[in-house]
Amino acid sequence: MDKPAAKRRFHWSYWLLLIPYVAMMWVPYYNRVEPQLAGIPFFYWYQLAWIVLGAVLLLPAYLLTTRGDR
Amino acid sequence: MSLNPVAVTIFLVLFVCVTVLGFAAARWRKGDLSHLHEWGLGGRRFGTLVTWFLLGGDLYTAYTFVAVPALMFGAGAMGFFAVPYTVLVYPLMFAVFPRLWAVAHAKGYVTAADFVRGRFGSRGLALAVAITGIVATMPYIALQLVGMEVVLAGLGIPMTMTIFGVPVPDAPLLIAFVVLAAYTYNSGLRAPAMIAVVKDALLYITVLAAVIIIPAELGGYAKIFASIDPKALLLAAGKPGNLGQQAAYATLGLGSALALLLYPHSMTGLLSSSSKRAVQRNAVILPAYSFALGLIALLGFMAVAAGVKAMPEFAAGFKSFGNNFAVPALFLHSFPAWFVGVAFAAIAIGALVPAAIMSIACANLFTRNIYKEFLNPDASTRQETDVAKIVSLVVKLGALFFIIELPTQYAIQLQLLGGIWIIQTLPAVLLGLYTRWLHPRALLVGWIAGISAGTWMAYLNAFKSSTYALNILGTVVPCYAAFSALILNIVVAVVLSAIFNALSRAPRIDTTTAEDYA
Repeated sequence: MDKPAAKRRFHWSYWLLLIPYVAMMWVPYYNRVEPQLAGIPFFYWYQLAWIVLGAVLLLPAYLLTTRGDR
Repeated sequence: MSLNPVAVTIFLVLFVCVTVLGFAAARWRKGDLSHLHEWGLGGRRFGTLVTWFLLGGDLYTAYTFVAVPALMFGAGAMGFFAVPYTVLVYPLMFAVFPRLWAVAHAKGYVTAADFVRGRFGSRGLALAVAITGIVATMPYIALQLVGMEVVLAGLGIPMTMTIFGVPVPDAPLLIAFVVLAAYTYNSGLRAPAMIAVVKDALLYITVLAAVIIIPAELGGYAKIFASIDPKALLLAAGKPGNLGQQAAYATLGLGSALALLLYPHSMTGLLSSSSKRAVQRNAVILPAYSFALGLIALLGFMAVAAGVKAMPEFAAGFKSFGNNFAVPALFLHSFPAWFVGVAFAAIAIGALVPAAIMSIACANLFTRNIYKEFLNPDASTRQETDVAKIVSLVVKLGALFFIIELPTQYAIQLQLLGGIWIIQTLPAVLLGLYTRWLHPRALLVGWIAGISAGTWMAYLNAFKSSTYALNILGTVVPCYAAFSALILNIVVAVVLSAIFNALSRAPRIDTTTAEDYA
């Protein structure tokens, strides 16, 4: 049997989950028009792209922390 | 507006299909519906895919799909905060909620207040969490009706109908809600779970069509963005001594993300899934809905570019519903009649799913944390479920009454307050998952402080806006009131916990153990 769960350390991959918070909270960085993508200002496509990136950043934590439960 | 026969027919056919599904759902993965966890949590047997449809239908409501583009239409870039909001929800869901699922599964908890009761052994704190949940959710249910009203008006369906010779105001809404109430009563959480599959299929088809067809009609995305007032295209930059709109934008996104999963209907959706892994998988695949929401937000700009506001045929709609009519007007203007029927059905059915789940979540809270805790501790499982079913009816009637009898503005303002209130349960529910160091009385005082400060800030804004400008060391920081009130709540809870823990020798009762969380 494992040690009690409370003692289990964080897997490193969970640190990746903080990146979207930095990317989204740093508004002055993306509050601009250029560079545009297919006519869409940076402000809009940057945030839309982060929806996808945010999901991708969950994958390491999901794949590397399987603990025998379904 | 004149009745649109093709669109109305398609709309009604889809609506009837969904009703049949709702009643049939009782038989699906059959369980003993006299148990609360069967009726109110679908037996905790929903796998990854069903949970995905259920939570997608639950978190991304009809009102969201109408109100977010309406905000973009009226206020520009600020309305896009819905995107960072939904980006930030999922890392939180992924990291924290498997823990809540595990302890709820181990201990048979149905609500967040159940967990607080078990963890802190405090009936008062659990009651505070339960009441906050119910009060914050009621106006949310009412707002789903607004989403439905808007599309019914767009279809040209008269709101006052003559039934048996008597004119009945708001008859279509009444009929829709009676049907909804009946199958929720009958099938419990299985009904919205099944209907959500249809709703989401319709929704994705609509969004795909909208983001391809409408920009093509309008001459491309570059043209659409070019038609937006440059001042509304970006957030106003800060000035020295004032962080401006950008601070409001960031705190709105973060605060809304923290609040969303604390809502009872989110809890119900999360706890009904069959495993921790299903919760985590959903955190990975739910962003598909966020992407749809981001594209739908852009429909607000498309409505500006199409110039629907100036079109005489939509004047009545805008007069009744304000900017909430922007997207229905855009669809009516851009789509053939049959597809308008599909798109509007997606929105109307999109109102039924969250309304059902929200009323079930409120019913679970009332039954578990008020009825069984304070009124009838010896209630049998059957009595418990019967009470929950009746409460789900009462809650929906309340929402209906609200929207028919009072100005829509009240529901919107109350929902704004709901977000400020529900986030105040975060210390007890989410911090409580990681530590029992916090003292229940300190948490209760923190909760009172947060609710009072948040409500006060909203009052000073005349309940019109949820961002309140704080003055921090000479710098003006416009901040989402829920967020600043939450900080106050946490500070109070931590400081008082240190004091109460030092003074009190009495042991506290925590019925959960470390293994329950694994």
